Amino acid sequence: MSITSVDTDHDRLTVTVISDFDAPIEQVWELWSDPRKLERWWGPPNYPATFAKHDLFPGGEITYFMTGPEGARYSGMWRVTAVDPPNSLEFTDVFADTDGTPITDMPVNRVRVRLTERKSATRMEMRSKFDSPEDMEKWVSTGTLEGMQQAIAQMDLLLGP
Amino acid sequence: MVVDELAAEAVDELFHALADPTRRDILRRCATDEPSVSRLAHAYPMSFAAVQKHVAVMERAGLITKQRRGREQLVRTDAEAIGRVRQVLDELETTWRGRVDRMSDLLAQDTKPEAKNSTLRGTG
Repeated sequence: MSITSVDTDHDRLTVTVISDFDAPIEQVWELWSDPRKLERWWGPPNYPATFAKHDLFPGGEITYFMTGPEGARYSGMWRVTAVDPPNSLEFTDVFADTDGTPITDMPVNRVRVRLTERKSATRMEMRSKFDSPEDMEKWVSTGTLEGMQQAIAQMDLLLGP
Repeated sequence: MVVDELAAEAVDELFHALADPTRRDILRRCATDEPSVSRLAHAYPMSFAAVQKHVAVMERAGLITKQRRGREQLVRTDAEAIGRVRQVLDELETTWRGRVDRMSDLLAQDTKPEAKNSTLRGTG
């Protein structure tokens, strides 16, 4: 509905989703900046997300877990690297153990969100990038829903010639 | 959702099987050719047993099938399995779309009271 394009770039190891919302930029920004709003859309309905810590400033940490239908928890942490409200946000997403402590040898996925407003409508460009194919593979092998979404581009390589 | 349609365990096996570069290479090779396990083993700088193990992992994940011909075991990529991979891909794209839809719904809920305010501002 709001999605304008989904682009998976195998060479750059990026997934880019461009969406256009019929809302002012501040409101779209709040979906990221307000943890109570964030948890209403980040996880799919059967894997709802809970954001425990939400320090939205450079160097800050944002921790969350997603709860599966059988009660299994998948924890994650964002390390915020850049924030420019309401225009942009950059963070690295790392896997965490059940306490929310980052698993250090886990791959890092860099996410960049950019918002631009045009006549009270807002375009959101969300780009997710891996540092190396190995990072992406590790992400795939964890088998969590969250990881699968990001790593799917790697699988697509199989379908090519 | 993916997890509902394919058992979570099967998905884990599928991703585990795909997470290794050698296994992905074997998969590519066996999509266009139907080599025997021993011919495959010659293609990689590893032991026959190691290649056989990779083949077993992919067979468990349902990505390849083995067929006995005489003394040889021929390996072939399962086209249906690749279809399943494609299906997972589609499902995951759906997840992304779901996220954006949920954002869109939240924004629609938000804008209703705001719209009233702007009307007030407009008339004031």
